[in-house]
Amino acid sequence: MNSSKPLRKLNANTTSITLAHGSGGKAMRDLIEDVFVAGFANEHLSLLEDQARFELSALMSEGDRLAMTTDSYVVDPLFFLGGDIGKLAVTGTVNDLAVGGAIPRYLTCGMIIEEGLPVHDLRRIVSSMKQAADEAGVTIVTGDTKVVHRGAADKLFINTAGIGVIPNNINITADRAQVGDVVILNGYIGDHGAAIVDARGEMSLENTIESDCATLNGLISSMLDVCPDIHCMRDATRGGIATVLNEFAESSRVGITIQEDAIPVRPEVRGMCEILGLDPLYLANEGKLLAIVPADKADELINVMQQHPTGVRSAIIGKISEKPVGRVILQTTFGGERIVDMLVGEQLPRIC
Amino acid sequence: MKYVDEFRDPEKAKVLISNINKLKESLNADEKKPIQLMEFCGGHTHTIFRYGIEPMLPNWIELVHGPGCPVCVLPMGRVDDCIALAERPNVIFTTFGDAMRVPGSKKSLLQAKAEGADIRMTYSPMDSLALARSNPDKEVIFFGLGFETTMPSTALTILQAEREGINNFSLFCNHITTVPTIKAILDSPDMQIDAFLAPGHVCMVVGERPFDFVADTYKKPIVVTGFEPLDILQSIWMTLKQLAEKRCEVENQYSRIVPPNGNTAGLAAIDSVFEIREFFEWRGLGSIDHSGVKIRDNYQQFDAERKFKIPNLKIADPKSCQCGEVLKGVIRPWECKVFGGACTPEMPLGALMVSSEGACAAYYNFGNLPELLAKQSKNLEGDAT
Repeated sequence: MNSSKPLRKLNANTTSITLAHGSGGKAMRDLIEDVFVAGFANEHLSLLEDQARFELSALMSEGDRLAMTTDSYVVDPLFFLGGDIGKLAVTGTVNDLAVGGAIPRYLTCGMIIEEGLPVHDLRRIVSSMKQAADEAGVTIVTGDTKVVHRGAADKLFINTAGIGVIPNNINITADRAQVGDVVILNGYIGDHGAAIVDARGEMSLENTIESDCATLNGLISSMLDVCPDIHCMRDATRGGIATVLNEFAESSRVGITIQEDAIPVRPEVRGMCEILGLDPLYLANEGKLLAIVPADKADELINVMQQHPTGVRSAIIGKISEKPVGRVILQTTFGGERIVDMLVGEQLPRIC
Repeated sequence: MKYVDEFRDPEKAKVLISNINKLKESLNADEKKPIQLMEFCGGHTHTIFRYGIEPMLPNWIELVHGPGCPVCVLPMGRVDDCIALAERPNVIFTTFGDAMRVPGSKKSLLQAKAEGADIRMTYSPMDSLALARSNPDKEVIFFGLGFETTMPSTALTILQAEREGINNFSLFCNHITTVPTIKAILDSPDMQIDAFLAPGHVCMVVGERPFDFVADTYKKPIVVTGFEPLDILQSIWMTLKQLAEKRCEVENQYSRIVPPNGNTAGLAAIDSVFEIREFFEWRGLGSIDHSGVKIRDNYQQFDAERKFKIPNLKIADPKSCQCGEVLKGVIRPWECKVFGGACTPEMPLGALMVSSEGACAAYYNFGNLPELLAKQSKNLEGDAT
């Protein structure tokens, strides 16, 4: 380890990122060591090698397959109630691993920075990445930094990739929903989408909706303890729960019927949807999962989930039927029913 | 949620459905010859689908979804004009979000935006005026569209712009009027509608009286209707009751919002800024006399059509589209030959697929698609033999 040498510091007068910080020279080295290496603070990163290296044996003791995923984050604005782009970049990738049953272990972090980004914003974002990573038990082991001309990117884009280990006997895929299974959701829908609309301030709504942005691997681990045979599981991000349910129905060639009155929606989010003509079923979430599980395990699962901070409002919201194949039907509180299709176009741009 | 849940109460819905069923005998209707009710307004169509009202109704009632979606009835030539305006240098073109995906003859506003035009979504013409204020070196154009519902806000924005002496703001006016359009539907020879649900938000501005002719001249019951699911059910019951009692009147179900004489301040603003156009082109319905408004000469400095040169070309609707017949209730959306095939919400061919308020998009998104497509192919086979 390079511990003998103290980390370089950014020039004290540097208040914003310039093209020099991405040039490969001294300024870039200062930025990487001062902001990223010091901020993420772990033994892998402080080696300052071109790649992270980790022991296979440690991974092999946890399971029999690796899971890998990547996601880019372009949310506008960078900071919003309940999170920021950094927290999102960790929780999103951790959740993509966790919903496949994997134990998330290592993350990468690629940043594309528009020149002019205030250094204190970048520090704040790195610090919330570190906090989210610590909470989820993952380590940010390698990264990349690019700085582009003003206008070539919008403030900051982050890409994270992640690796996790899938324990033996866990087999969660979208095509395993079976007739008779039930659909479980871990709480209020639409909070993230609504929080972003709110944070943009275009609506001048007086609101305090917080993004639900959270890592779900803790919750999922306790779910798998009770029921290793979860059939399908995904986190419902862009496109909302409507999109994920359609993916399950299509892949498994089954019908899914959900009950409108069983789906938790906060009054503030409902109110915003009423005003703007949005449908909460399609609003983005950043801490919500849908699981399709055997009916006889459902109550036990709900009990365990409700003990967990990210699952307090967990509920059974629907069931799997033979027909109509590939479709999702909503039984409305009003007493009617309708098909819930995939989202066409986009409800809101740049939400994550 | 207060003032919302009261109008979505499933128990009250059951009572209304049972009252509707009680009228069947005196109406002499059955599923082979159902009573046809047209909801004119796209907002009603949306409510009907969103709450799943159609499957709750008995099969001797058929809802026909009318032309009241201003985005849907916009002809391609006008969309092309929008794009020409938006692509002018130094212009910020502002529009309601719904209009972004409407196909023009070559592209939509969404595509024009992707290609570099400065097109921004706004929720109100006042937002657009604010943009003009903060960008004095740019020309800000607002794409004004909608029925009488949205006319007052556009008119008031122009009056405000005049008061402030803002000269870099203009309106591309595509506002349309309901009365001549309902009249055109009533005059069409293949019309089979038994009664109408009148557009509640339009009536909030114009009042009930402009619809007297539907009852007086055409002898059809018409009920001014609100937008919550119970509003719709109650209005259906009210129109059926008129039919059962052989009455035809303008009734107001939406009296909590609609005063009989409308909104006088709003009407005054409309009157001071707009005048009737001789005719206006509708997608699917063709040209309808007096069915649009334009900016009066007094305010011509705010008229984008006079301020800038627009192509103003007439583009014929795609031949395969049967939007017109759907709009008049002659065929159901899924009976159109291109429904769900060449025409889908992702790649709309006809206007009714574009907006979520369009009848075809509503059926596509919320209806039982496989079943509808099966019915459609059966129909087409029937045509061939």
